[in-house]
Amino acid sequence: MDFNFTEEQGMVRDGLSRLVREQYDWETRRKAIASGAGWRPEVWAQLAELGILGMPFSEADGGFGGGAVDAMVIMEEFGKGLVIEPFVPTVVCAGGFLKHGGTAAQKEEHIGGIVAGSAVFAFAYAEPKGRFDYADLETTAKKDGAGWVLNGHKAVVIGAPWASHLIVTARTGGERRDRAGVSVFVIAKDSAGITTRDYETVDGRRASEVYFENVAIPADALIGVEGEGLALIELVTDEAIAAICAEACGAMKVAHAMTVEYSRQRKQFGVPIGSFQVLQHRMVDMYTAYEQAVSLTYLATLRLSSDEVERKRAVSAAKVGVGQAARLIGQEAVQIHGGNGVTDEYAIGHFFKRLTIFDAEFGNVDHHLKRHVALA
Amino acid sequence: MNLEFTPEEQAFRDEVRAFIAENYPKHLADFGMREDMSREDFLAWHKILGKKGWSVAAWPTEYGGTGWTPTQRYIWSEENARASTVMPLPFGVSMVGPVIYTFGNAEQKARHLPGIVSGEVWWCQGYSEPGAGSDLASLKTTAVRDGDHYIINGQKTWTTLAQHADWGFFLCRTDPTAKAQEGISFILVDMTSPGVEVKPIKLLDGGYEVNETWLTDVRVPVENLVGQENKGWTYAKFLLAHERSGIAGVARSKRGVEKLREIAANESYDGAPLIKDFDFARKVSQLEIDLAALEITELRTLAGEQAGKGPGPESSILKIKGTEIQQRLTELTLEAVGTYGAPYHGGISNDNGSN
Repeated sequence: MDFNFTEEQGMVRDGLSRLVREQYDWETRRKAIASGAGWRPEVWAQLAELGILGMPFSEADGGFGGGAVDAMVIMEEFGKGLVIEPFVPTVVCAGGFLKHGGTAAQKEEHIGGIVAGSAVFAFAYAEPKGRFDYADLETTAKKDGAGWVLNGHKAVVIGAPWASHLIVTARTGGERRDRAGVSVFVIAKDSAGITTRDYETVDGRRASEVYFENVAIPADALIGVEGEGLALIELVTDEAIAAICAEACGAMKVAHAMTVEYSRQRKQFGVPIGSFQVLQHRMVDMYTAYEQAVSLTYLATLRLSSDEVERKRAVSAAKVGVGQAARLIGQEAVQIHGGNGVTDEYAIGHFFKRLTIFDAEFGNVDHHLKRHVALA
Repeated sequence: MNLEFTPEEQAFRDEVRAFIAENYPKHLADFGMREDMSREDFLAWHKILGKKGWSVAAWPTEYGGTGWTPTQRYIWSEENARASTVMPLPFGVSMVGPVIYTFGNAEQKARHLPGIVSGEVWWCQGYSEPGAGSDLASLKTTAVRDGDHYIINGQKTWTTLAQHADWGFFLCRTDPTAKAQEGISFILVDMTSPGVEVKPIKLLDGGYEVNETWLTDVRVPVENLVGQENKGWTYAKFLLAHERSGIAGVARSKRGVEKLREIAANESYDGAPLIKDFDFARKVSQLEIDLAALEITELRTLAGEQAGKGPGPESSILKIKGTEIQQRLTELTLEAVGTYGAPYHGGISNDNGSN
């Protein structure tokens, strides 16, 4: 049992921390979000240069041989700066599908682009009526010669406006909500028949509704085995959950620190409001929730390679505990900041927004409590 | 970073498990009510561990500690929880022992530490007073120097299991003119001294565990002062912050959740086992999730301790969350047995077929 980070992980943390501190100041972030593009491709290029985008891939695949703990370190630093660039959809999700299910040719074709920063992916899995069930799919891929024809509508595809490629889940057999019959495909976003409606998200990112109309999918676009994609989707989304839990921990750490600092500066009745015990207790509760969230994030991250039931229980435990902590800390931070907490000018409100949106990503607290119960 | 046990740690677990299976007194297995236990029952396992050299695991090896790593200590507490053993009481092992080996003189170490290691001597803690609870520094018990003795007068309360104690460690005011935290001394008192009187306080569960301790003109030799006169507050704080491992009670709570699941599997509700009821099952899952978080927090804290980090705010988290979880566990167990929560002493009996 070991809770230490390696020297290399410490270096990654320091490098990223510097990048976020020096290049991700509040004003620059605000301008990027308001810009036409809505993100900063130059930051993406820097992340590629630093080796961050190649971290979780094996050296044989052109990466740097990192693992889940490296991804955790990276995501925590992103969370501290509310970095909006699409590391999770591209590196964790698309990268995960390629690592765990991709053919040699698919790895060859795509991983190099991810590592170099030239290929950006979005993960189109959610549907308007599917809620958190990855098998509840109305999108279909019907066999057509050697390939398939794709039809359907994917909801809130994070990072899709910036993406060059999409990972798409679709039903290739079985009935709606059946475990069997789910398949995963990788396709170029500019394939004929794909249209999108792009928009901003509450937490400063961009997303799309993605529509597929008779999109021709070649035979080599299938990731994994036809009709047996659900287990792969569950594995990759569990990895994504561990990653966003780490991101939430970074954001919670900063939100708590900002709140404590604000309570020391802000004076009412002639004294700092932080001298009031009623507020001190609330900030202690925030700190306690944060520490427990960190522990559950460690647990989920370290259990990603365990057997399926143990992995799912640990990941669901983390999504529940971190989700509850994120809600508590986000809301308390705003309350203790008073009126300033609800202004656009103060950073704290933006942490609140990210921590609020976090809950529903890959299943909310209720959903994962249910999964935890089912696996008991 | 990893959660795996090394082959050496696995072997250690096997060794510990086998030792407990072979040596733990059979008549104390899964003991229920503490007030039914005799002094010898309380000390039985302690004495066996004393002979084995395992009774004061966390102490420095020169005083009898085992030199176990935090992971080994974690395994040790897990295995004891698994067997529901009656562990050595904390007053000697975790409280006064570390104060004596850290601040005491050579004579005090030689006189008092062996009895704590062996389990022959029972200690109690004289801190709280009727008017000094969480505001401990307002304590009023006085120790006045008279030649080679202190004369102690005052009243202590919540003195846990003092009815069995041979010795007590008491905080007494030795300088009445000093500010609250100053002027307090840490004094060891032979509980058989004339003028020491222990009176039971009956508790809500019908049990007898805590006492009022009255001290009337108790004469204590000055060599029983630990460290310097008027510096007792420093030692008192050291004691409170010292023992971080085990204060969360994680291993016992994990065992408690297993028992809760067994009970809920045998209770029926709406024609099915209670544990199949989603509203109940989700409360158990939420408890397990919070307990998993606490377990990792404790392991992180122990790892920090091993790396030489001093106690930080996380030791308070362990105490707070650990206690809350124990309360929720008890509450859920009460809910699980339904109306059988009402019978006093032994509501969970064989009568309702639930356990």
